Amino acid sequence: MAYLTLADGTIFEGASFGYEGDVIGEVVFNTGMTGYQELLTDPSYVGQIVNMTYPLIGNYGVNSNDTESDSPKVRGFIVRDYCEAPSNWHCENTLDSYLKENKIVALRSIDTRALTRKIREMGTMMGIISQKLPTAKQLLEVQNYKIEKSVQSVTTQKKYTVPLKNGLKAAVIDYGLKRNILDSLTRNGFESTVYPCFTKAEDILKDNPDAIMLTNGPGNPKDNEFEIEQIKKLVGKKPLFGICLGHQLLALAHGADTYKLKYGHRGSNHPVKDLDSGKVFITSQNHGYAVDENTVKGFGRVSHTNWNDRSVEGIIYNDGISFSVQFHPEASPGPNDTEHLFGKFNRLAREFKQGGKK
Amino acid sequence: MPKDKSIKKVLIIGSGPIAIGQAAEFDYAGTQACKALKEEGIETVLVNSNPATIMTDKNMADKVYLEPLTVEVIKNIIIKEKPDSILPTLGGQTGLNLACEIAESGFLEEHNVKLLGTTVDSIKKSEDRELFKKTMEEIGEPCIESVIVHKVEEALEFSEKAGFPLIVRPAYTLGGTGGGMADNRKELEEICKAGLKASRVGQCLIEKSVAGWKEIEYEVMRDSAGNVITICNMENLDPVGIHTGDSIVLAPSQTLREKEYQMLRTASLNIISALKICGGCNVQFALDTESMKYAVIEVNPRVSRSCKQSYGISYRKSRFSCCGRVPS
Repeated sequence: MAYLTLADGTIFEGASFGYEGDVIGEVVFNTGMTGYQELLTDPSYVGQIVNMTYPLIGNYGVNSNDTESDSPKVRGFIVRDYCEAPSNWHCENTLDSYLKENKIVALRSIDTRALTRKIREMGTMMGIISQKLPTAKQLLEVQNYKIEKSVQSVTTQKKYTVPLKNGLKAAVIDYGLKRNILDSLTRNGFESTVYPCFTKAEDILKDNPDAIMLTNGPGNPKDNEFEIEQIKKLVGKKPLFGICLGHQLLALAHGADTYKLKYGHRGSNHPVKDLDSGKVFITSQNHGYAVDENTVKGFGRVSHTNWNDRSVEGIIYNDGISFSVQFHPEASPGPNDTEHLFGKFNRLAREFKQGGKK
Repeated sequence: MPKDKSIKKVLIIGSGPIAIGQAAEFDYAGTQACKALKEEGIETVLVNSNPATIMTDKNMADKVYLEPLTVEVIKNIIIKEKPDSILPTLGGQTGLNLACEIAESGFLEEHNVKLLGTTVDSIKKSEDRELFKKTMEEIGEPCIESVIVHKVEEALEFSEKAGFPLIVRPAYTLGGTGGGMADNRKELEEICKAGLKASRVGQCLIEKSVAGWKEIEYEVMRDSAGNVITICNMENLDPVGIHTGDSIVLAPSQTLREKEYQMLRTASLNIISALKICGGCNVQFALDTESMKYAVIEVNPRVSRSCKQSYGISYRKSRFSCCGRVPS
């Protein structure tokens, strides 16, 4: 027996799998049907307990390739049914032992739909997975729990390069990057140099990159004051491409505002409309905050909107060389329908390098 | 919804009695089509040879013809009713074949009747094995090693090069009627002979067997503006080699990793875009059980039998056919 207790006192009774222990985190839900291993290792989930709406998880096991960072980053994991007998040619391990090895606490056999409905109605909530009913002290901890310094806890500590012969040079600022951003950059003609989030703008510019990528990452964008200050010094100097948290930080650096969504967007089936072409793409998403549409004024325009709730999904900036999107064009997990944005980044970087377009 | 205002009266070809190729789910699809079109304020005329279906209930279509589904009958109905459009893609293979034959004869143009949904060109591109293979090669989607034959001798010749087992697939038939798997020359001769006879155009595809691979299907949709979405994917419980009609199908797939799922999803969307299908489409793949290797088995420019629940696909599809768009 194991339990999920929410900050409002709701208790879900289930069974434990993965590592046995007690964890506190922000309870969010994800609507993807595949991609649980990519999701577990996505650094944007730092501090969060992820509830899967798809009812059967673990059915294709885990392997050493399908990871987005060096280890699982979620605080906890919740599934309706855990599949004990995975079937896939690439399966190297069961999800259960993978979670045990990485000390990730997980809960199964609870009504995940009821939990999702609750979050949709009440908004994202803090919660605790515990092996016994939580003590009064633990409940107090749940109520006071805050995700802090999350970007700083997942960023690389050292600068490193993913080489590509004759590639354009991209400076990648790591706020909690997913590996597939680097793979997508390589596929689209970039050599990537990854910088820790605490790098000063001057130090990046000194290396003279052709373009700068602001990555995804966890937490409240406004917590990253130093990072925003650095971005301000980069704007207009080089082509900039922001993804997810990178998009929010770039917007904040231009003076826009962000707000917390009621229950966020997490999953690989979110429709987004490209306002320029009128086309709708199915995108991968993972964010709890969004840029306030009313504050995108004077420095750029909204280029993409979410077709479910009409929130801001993309901005094109007036400097003509910068753009950012809230969704994840690098997919993984999720559809590859918007990978062309990396092609656009390549084009902007090339034109800028040749001095053709400012 | 931005719809084509010139569409006022539509002839829907029903699916006929329940059999493979004109199965109950197609009947359901036609019923949904009637509903969707009516909601758009469009007059509907329905032809179906099966009286035992709710599709032919009085309140479904404005006018119902209980007639055999033949070219002659449909031509006569068009002359009498003067519809401005015809919707053939919801009646299963029967409806598709009829529409193709009538369109090819130039009859539709003569009577100013528009073919809604997928164009004859797209239907041909996906149903004609040779054209299909060429299209797949152009967009770099792998097909199974195969040859198109019009004579039994050509099939035997291919077998010397490719080896056995081989699959015989006659073009334009219902639920693969007349096809089969051949393990030796004698079987190939027999099956191929029957297959050529069963095919409307006397054409068969002989392909190398990928029996044992996973059989995966995607239901995808495209609108006239080029927006594409996946409705669902499906995994056959039995591997390639056992007909879907004899198997159990699960939606969504259960043994595909994220990378495999997305690889085949992207392929499906590339295929529906290349074929310029307007409406729903079913793409079938064989996926190796021990690598990321896959091959496109076939594409049906209509919803498939596997998609029994239809997920409201038929309803939306009818709307797309009248130029509705995905965003709406």
